[in-house]
Amino acid sequence: MSRLAEQEVAGDALGAPASGEEGPYDGLRIRALTKSFGSYTAVRSLDLDIPRGSFFALLGPSGCGKTTTLRMVAGLEQPTSGTITLAGEDITRTKPYRRPVNTVFQSYALFPHLDVAENVAFGLKRRKVKDVAAQVEAMLALVELETQASKKPAQLSGGQQQRVALARALINRPEVLLLDEPLGALDLKLRRSMQIEVKRIQTEVGLTFVHVTHDQEEAMTMADTVAVMNGGVVEQMGAPSELYENPRSTFVANFLGQSNLIEGTVRRRDADLVTVDMHGVTVSVPAHRVHTDGDRGWVGIRPEKVLIGEVGAELDAPGNTVPGGVITDVSFVGVSTQYLVRMPWGQELQVFAQNTGRQRMFAHGEQVELSWRPEYAFLLDASQDVAAGADRVVG
Amino acid sequence: MRWVRDNLVLLLGLAVLVYTFVPIAVVVLMSFNAPDSRLVYSFDGFTLDNWLNPCADPDLCSALGVSIRIGALATAGSTVLGTLAAFALVRHRFRGRSASNLLIFLPMATPEVVLGSSLLALFVASGLAGQLGFWTILIAHVMFCLSFVVVTVRARLAGMDDALEQAAMDLYATPAQTFWRVTFPLVLPGILAAALLSFSLSFDDFIVTNLNSGNTTTFPMYVWGVARVGIPMQVNVIGTLMFVLSIAVVIGVEVRNRRRQVPVA
Repeated sequence: MSRLAEQEVAGDALGAPASGEEGPYDGLRIRALTKSFGSYTAVRSLDLDIPRGSFFALLGPSGCGKTTTLRMVAGLEQPTSGTITLAGEDITRTKPYRRPVNTVFQSYALFPHLDVAENVAFGLKRRKVKDVAAQVEAMLALVELETQASKKPAQLSGGQQQRVALARALINRPEVLLLDEPLGALDLKLRRSMQIEVKRIQTEVGLTFVHVTHDQEEAMTMADTVAVMNGGVVEQMGAPSELYENPRSTFVANFLGQSNLIEGTVRRRDADLVTVDMHGVTVSVPAHRVHTDGDRGWVGIRPEKVLIGEVGAELDAPGNTVPGGVITDVSFVGVSTQYLVRMPWGQELQVFAQNTGRQRMFAHGEQVELSWRPEYAFLLDASQDVAAGADRVVG
Repeated sequence: MRWVRDNLVLLLGLAVLVYTFVPIAVVVLMSFNAPDSRLVYSFDGFTLDNWLNPCADPDLCSALGVSIRIGALATAGSTVLGTLAAFALVRHRFRGRSASNLLIFLPMATPEVVLGSSLLALFVASGLAGQLGFWTILIAHVMFCLSFVVVTVRARLAGMDDALEQAAMDLYATPAQTFWRVTFPLVLPGILAAALLSFSLSFDDFIVTNLNSGNTTTFPMYVWGVARVGIPMQVNVIGTLMFVLSIAVVIGVEVRNRRRQVPVA
């Protein structure tokens, strides 16, 4: 532990972390990490910087390489090439039992022959730490399992087992705590409350958490930084709101929430605004939300950003107005009404209208106009698959 | 009539229990028998003599001693070898692994008479014809117990979640600590079950033993030998003891498991 403390001091003395490729970095740094199983490449030249103390989520569909990445950080899988450094120290080839990294496994992997307290004490005892009993007691209090200390894992509920797994890893105060779909086995209601619980614990202990999940809502709720992975590479990384509001690829646009993607041709590029012709309708997109250099692209707009109105009605969205829509489907879901609107070029767009009471509900077959503020639109590269990430399984 | 219909399952169950336990009850009863002559198989009177004097026929007790010694050694040998083989078959990928998995079943599938006579042929061909006895019996017993140990331990090992050992390593346990703290305690019930099975297979075996025993007499061979002239009632004492002992082991394990499951809070 003192070794790590020294490095922390050294990092501070040499200035801000993450300054330049070769500079000392007190977080988890992954460079050109690649893992191949035979001819299949699970992780492809991955670069990641995970700051100390952050709650970082690796989000992606199954088979995108997120769990393989996590297992390489834990040392349970050997990288084919690339490096992993933690607090400035290269741990790429370090044995799993010598890394200051602990994992909460998807199956929890609680030792069935040991009781809850013995499970939690396991890591401390292996490192011959003093005062194990008091630490175990404090940790069980943190996860609210004091009364279950002498039970066997099999006697606990799924949520309780999950908290034992968390306590067993956390008690070691690792540099990085890895969570491999830790809430996947819980039912929806329990999962939501555990998300809040895990987030609370992370804030309380202040350790770096790296969380692997395929549930975009879970990633956005819990993490301060989300990296969206697909096909072994990171598609985009940033704060949840940033990823949601300004996706850079069709995969991110579809995997995180829903998006309307409309084919368009770039007409003009100004310093801060790009004008796009969208099937005869001219719309504009702010330059920092344009993620293509080509002259064709996908104009993206989130369904809740689209305003809907009667033909000729005044809408609060100067700039991008699209006429000629016909409503083909109406679903009332309480807080909002979700419309499907068929456009003159045949595409159906999704529109989510908040039920604020200021606007009447539209009926199937009605003529409407759509509109959105230009600052909400984004433009993606035409070469990307318009349906990428759209067929995810919501779990 | 209605009562019979409602309790049919219970009645059938009781009937099966009776069917199973009557022979054992006879063994227990006969251990207290005071027969009028050695050739009469009837209960002639109650006595504790058989229990107080189990070694009335010294041949019986020496045969029993041979069986216990062979059983213990065969159990130890086959359990160690079989456990190691099971770990190799489950944990390592090597050439001939699937073939080994299949071959391990062969001794269980082969008729004992065939197994015993072939083994005798092997011993004789190897020039051991004059050496038949304790050690050849032991070799034969280790051989046929091995398959049962491998199958039992392998099942236990294959049913174990790989993540448990990974979790141990993740929690700072070295490979040796991982084995002794996690893997071994979890596989131990399988190893113990295999050991118990080995002992009873070895203790009970007659056919293979008889063919490879030379001048050595095991307990089953003794019983077979004396059956022609009348079985001494002490044989029933030994049988009852074996029965009581194994029941005690099963009950002991069960009680221990029950006690562990009592919720504390």
